[in-house]
Amino acid sequence: MYLRYEALRGYSLLLPTILVMAFSMCVPFAIMVVVSFWRQHAFEFDTAFSLANYGKIFQNPLYQVLMARSLAISGACTIATVLLSYPMAYYVAFHVHRRKLIWIILMTLPFWTSYLLRVFAWKIILGYNGVINSGLMTLGLVEQPLEFLLYSPEAVVITLAHAWAAFAILPIYVSLEKIDRSLVEAATDLGDGPVARFLRVTFPLSLPGVIAAMLMIFIPTVGDYVTPALVGGPDGMMIANIVQVQFGRVNDWPMGAALAVGSMVVVAVISVLYIWVTRKVMGRIV
Amino acid sequence: MKDASYIERPNRPLHIYALFYLAFLYVPVLFLPLFSFNDSLYISFPLKGFTTHWYEVMLNDQPMFAALMNSIKVGLASSVLATTLGIFGAKAMTRYRMPGQKPVFFVIMLPLVIPGIILGVALLILVSRIGIDLSLYTVAMGHTLICVPFAIVTLISRFEGFDKAMEEASVDLGENAWWTFWRVTFPMVFPGVLASFLLCFTISFDEFIMAFFLAGTEPTLPIFIYGQLRFPAKLPGVLALGACILVVSFFVVFFSQWLRGRGAASSTAGV
Repeated sequence: MYLRYEALRGYSLLLPTILVMAFSMCVPFAIMVVVSFWRQHAFEFDTAFSLANYGKIFQNPLYQVLMARSLAISGACTIATVLLSYPMAYYVAFHVHRRKLIWIILMTLPFWTSYLLRVFAWKIILGYNGVINSGLMTLGLVEQPLEFLLYSPEAVVITLAHAWAAFAILPIYVSLEKIDRSLVEAATDLGDGPVARFLRVTFPLSLPGVIAAMLMIFIPTVGDYVTPALVGGPDGMMIANIVQVQFGRVNDWPMGAALAVGSMVVVAVISVLYIWVTRKVMGRIV
Repeated sequence: MKDASYIERPNRPLHIYALFYLAFLYVPVLFLPLFSFNDSLYISFPLKGFTTHWYEVMLNDQPMFAALMNSIKVGLASSVLATTLGIFGAKAMTRYRMPGQKPVFFVIMLPLVIPGIILGVALLILVSRIGIDLSLYTVAMGHTLICVPFAIVTLISRFEGFDKAMEEASVDLGENAWWTFWRVTFPMVFPGVLASFLLCFTISFDEFIMAFFLAGTEPTLPIFIYGQLRFPAKLPGVLALGACILVVSFFVVFFSQWLRGRGAASSTAGV
């Protein structure tokens, strides 16, 4: 009885937050799914149920190419970010003893500053007359500017890896910090060298953080719009760019909604599979 | 490798790597202020000479100031709203045992990982179906949505940091719930509230994708900047503006994270 009363009070306190989140997230999603089954006629919607938009997604190879490329770019970016960030998180968790807070703030600070400006910074670094090219030419290392730097999938991967670093560092750091130091000492006492100790104790125990970091980077980057638009060029276009075009120039909102829903379903399926596989693997290790 | 028994023995290669990593994080961003003082229309080496001309250009840019004001309005509205909702949410999550709390928390955190374009498009469809015109209000609504998760996480760490007994004592001594909140709870969580407010303001101030879909005729600052990027002649002015934004956001976020971290640190020390 007491618990029910307490839960009731808790939920009534939580109610405004739940209502706002539901109204501005769940309701729009539901409407978006409905609209994706409609069709655009000039400036009107044809509200009869139709699978035409999803049919187009399956028939037009353009959408599949863009979706596959988005997944490939996000996957590459996820792996690169986690690989680059793991040693950093490890360093702060095990080798920084004083002023940890300052280090954590320093590592995450760029994440809070304007995303648009950070992408713009990479545009001026990688550009045809940009920082790298003009720097190399001033130093006399190259005769011609390197053209492959900007407007390529690689440029998108680099920019995204820089932009999402904080999302990798924080979860990995937290899982490393939680590791009971006596376990690591026990491994040493039982004769493991530094490498074996890391592979057999530290790394497996930090896996939950790595798995969370990978999901937290992969899911949002698949739908990134700004980075491919600014540094991707035609070869670095991603699914979000084609979604935006449907709501802008092409003005086919139901098609855009179908593409958005479709890409969400693909990402959700991949994420669920990923969680399922990692659970199995983790279950076997521990 | 003479003494491997201490895991926390200094590791020089790792230390050097850490410095390189910090450089990777910060150097790209530092090119904006560097080139904003460069006396050339082109953003390339070699540097031509020192000038504050681009800052003068920026200060005389009326549309820029209009966009800045719009961003400040949206930022204030969404950070106040998100922090208020965050206080309710964080208090409920930390003070009451509720069945189904985890799934509810998960749903509230969802905007963290859902791509901005999906949220933006979904809200755009909703708003147009209801028949609301796009305006700064719709942008503020979108920004509130993405700020709430950050506000709740920031505030939960603060609410967890102080002793529930303080509130109970206040109630036992005859204060009602309203005055207990204002005289006990609020002063205790105030650093968290301030941290959440500053963080949400920065997020909203810098947010581009949702604003891009949800803004009507009045642009916010990131939309204004995005529009300028198409014109090479405008780029140095964008550099000057970007440098100013970066410096201000660095200080604001550093302060808010410090406030939040300090609160969490003192709570683990049992203060």
